[in-house]
Amino acid sequence: MSSTTPSEQPTRDAAAALAGVETGARSVAEAAHAPQTGITGAQSLVRSLEAVGVEVVFGIPGGAILPLYDPLFDSQVRHVLVRHEQGAGHAATGYAQATGRVGVCMATSGPGATNLVTPLADAYMDSVPIVAITGQVPSGAIGTDAFQEADIRGITMPVTKHNFLVTDAAEIPQRIAEAFHLASTGRPGPVLVDVPKDVLQATTDFAWPPRLDLPGYKPTTRPHGKQVREAAALIAAASRPVLYVGGGVIKAGASEELAELAHLTGAPVVTTLMARGAFPDSDPQHLGMPGMHGTVAAVTSLQKADLLVALGARFDDRVTGNLDSFAPEAKVVHADIDPAEIGKNRKADVPIVGDARETIAELVVAVRAEHEAGRTPDLAAWWAQLDDWRTRYPLGYDEPEDGALSPQYVIERLGAIAGPDAIYTSGVGQHQMWAAQFVKYEKPGTWLNSGGLGTMGYAVPAAMGAKYGRPDTTVWAIDGDGCFQMTNQELATCAIEGIPVKVAVINNGNLGMVRQWQTLFYEGRYSNTKLHAVDENGAPKPVRIPDFVLLAEALGCVGLRCESKDDVDAVIEKAMAITDAPVVIDFVVGADAQVWPMVAAGASNDDILAARGLRPVFGDDQV
Amino acid sequence: MTRHTLSVLVENKSGVLARVSALFSRRGFNIESLAVGPTENPDLSRMTIVVDAESAPLEQITKQLNKLIEVIKIVELEGGAAVQRELLLVKVRAPMADRTQVLQTADLFRARVIDVNTDTVTIEATGTPDKLQALLAILAPLGIKEMAQSGTVALGRGPRSMSGAGTLRPVERTA
Repeated sequence: MSSTTPSEQPTRDAAAALAGVETGARSVAEAAHAPQTGITGAQSLVRSLEAVGVEVVFGIPGGAILPLYDPLFDSQVRHVLVRHEQGAGHAATGYAQATGRVGVCMATSGPGATNLVTPLADAYMDSVPIVAITGQVPSGAIGTDAFQEADIRGITMPVTKHNFLVTDAAEIPQRIAEAFHLASTGRPGPVLVDVPKDVLQATTDFAWPPRLDLPGYKPTTRPHGKQVREAAALIAAASRPVLYVGGGVIKAGASEELAELAHLTGAPVVTTLMARGAFPDSDPQHLGMPGMHGTVAAVTSLQKADLLVALGARFDDRVTGNLDSFAPEAKVVHADIDPAEIGKNRKADVPIVGDARETIAELVVAVRAEHEAGRTPDLAAWWAQLDDWRTRYPLGYDEPEDGALSPQYVIERLGAIAGPDAIYTSGVGQHQMWAAQFVKYEKPGTWLNSGGLGTMGYAVPAAMGAKYGRPDTTVWAIDGDGCFQMTNQELATCAIEGIPVKVAVINNGNLGMVRQWQTLFYEGRYSNTKLHAVDENGAPKPVRIPDFVLLAEALGCVGLRCESKDDVDAVIEKAMAITDAPVVIDFVVGADAQVWPMVAAGASNDDILAARGLRPVFGDDQV
Repeated sequence: MTRHTLSVLVENKSGVLARVSALFSRRGFNIESLAVGPTENPDLSRMTIVVDAESAPLEQITKQLNKLIEVIKIVELEGGAAVQRELLLVKVRAPMADRTQVLQTADLFRARVIDVNTDTVTIEATGTPDKLQALLAILAPLGIKEMAQSGTVALGRGPRSMSGAGTLRPVERTA
């Protein structure tokens, strides 16, 4: 890996910008910080966005926020006019995940603001730093059920890290600075700033940097030395350790430190859905993804481990399965920036509160000291067992018997051709799991998806945001046909604004993951999961509704279609060659492919099935 | 389930009560009582929250509360180490025949009569929840017309305070 990961450099820039907030600005943005008197609240807000270093805002104007859009028109802050506010929110999230900076979205009061609720909840679950700015009806009208009034602060309290209703124009610089500080520090998350129209129109003064007034906010980033040493002692004594790596490692830009710790300890590594790319898939110590659709080796390593070292992970139910039978023999070292995550689901034997990067760096030092004191565990028997599992139960798939195109094959080839430098986003469902399994990730910040909330429709707007933030990188949205029909309108935005994303629609004509559950758990009764037109016998009609190629072209994109295995490489390469317009490939795939391995919801990880009806033999006596 | 009294210093800003109560309902925690009021510092309010919880959920409650940006500090006030009081206003049926008994009962509990008319007497009493329960048990047969009761408010015993010098130890922020 090069000296800086893609995500960490921008994080440092953001930190430097925030340091400017606190210490008084001198450097880059001196002009942006010049005080100004007798301006409107709207001008003050735009000046604040400039001062905090915002490059782009995704949004849609409307009545209550209109005063803000006037000074924004002249600002160096670029505005991308999206087609639906949900697209603005996910674009901000994609931008933030791809660049490590704070993503910004904007909407008017009422329905504009409520359309941001889903992306805010999404960013909250996945700890993504975004700031949402919403217009509100004038102060005097609040509480009167005024036109386009919604209590967006009240509505978003449970799905934001914090939110503000600005009541005085003089507060604007301070609230904006606080919002960006809160979003980007500690455990990152979304922050909403609601500004009534009269506050935007009021006359005020602008001064930067403002004082931050957050007396109750003191995130612990520095890990406790004693806890780190205790963790190192457990690592040195464990015979079956596993490094259980979560999204916090990517947020903290800690991939280099993680690699050092992994290679120092020789321990196997599993990366959760949110952590794909935090550790190279090509590294022989990597067992893959744990969880409901994780690899047999990764899932089983956690079950049989005597020590879990959880780094920026939160023991989500999709990882643990039935909690009571999860990793029954393991002691737990749990390192997280958020103290409330530690002990929430699984008791930690050694809790460590701190930033993942600092924590892992200190763990490296402490483990090295253990080794120097002669305490080096022998993991040979553990690795013999792990290698046996992964040799016998590798990730794989069967080609459809009816000769249909295999969705896994499409995704595998896409990953191979676009390579580990591309950014991949996905929606939610089967295609998401296959994209997590069959694309090989080597770098952090290259896999963006909706892990916690599971938001269908995330892929296209997130790809738009990522491509905006990383214009020189190829960005592929791997989407399902169900997801794609939720948010494809943003392709018009991409076409008009010059954001050439690429979309692979894995089109199986169904809500595939739900269909898979209906196949497995509801006797194949496909209640309301067929998206394609069917005749009276339920067989697909020979029409395409919608025709994704025509739809793509109608949205100003290049539309391509692929229906056979022989054409897959050529069509992907054709799409790769188009760099001046968004491209959509309609991959028409079989409807019956399933995601395996699988741990059924609520079941024990011990009951993982490697494939349908295939229960692995774990050789329990061997460990 | 055991009862715990949390004293929570919060910023005196609009919406804080909504955040705290929404947090409890969202995370599935039960509030037994909640009292909010000003403190010696005009920028801060004190919430006294009584919860029924086992120790593990209590730890989650305090950690989640600590994550709220406007929460400054949380201290658990434990039985003997704190004074805890509630305020009760109770309107009791008190026709002339029963009036003496009502007044004597009030006296016994060091309660005060704060309103009186021909049919009823309104009594103000403060005390621990147990004491107020005992008072209500005696008044109940006479006929309680209406009552209003506050949540618990509490302070730690001794010279220390939650803010300022020699502060009380906060509930662990770090795990």
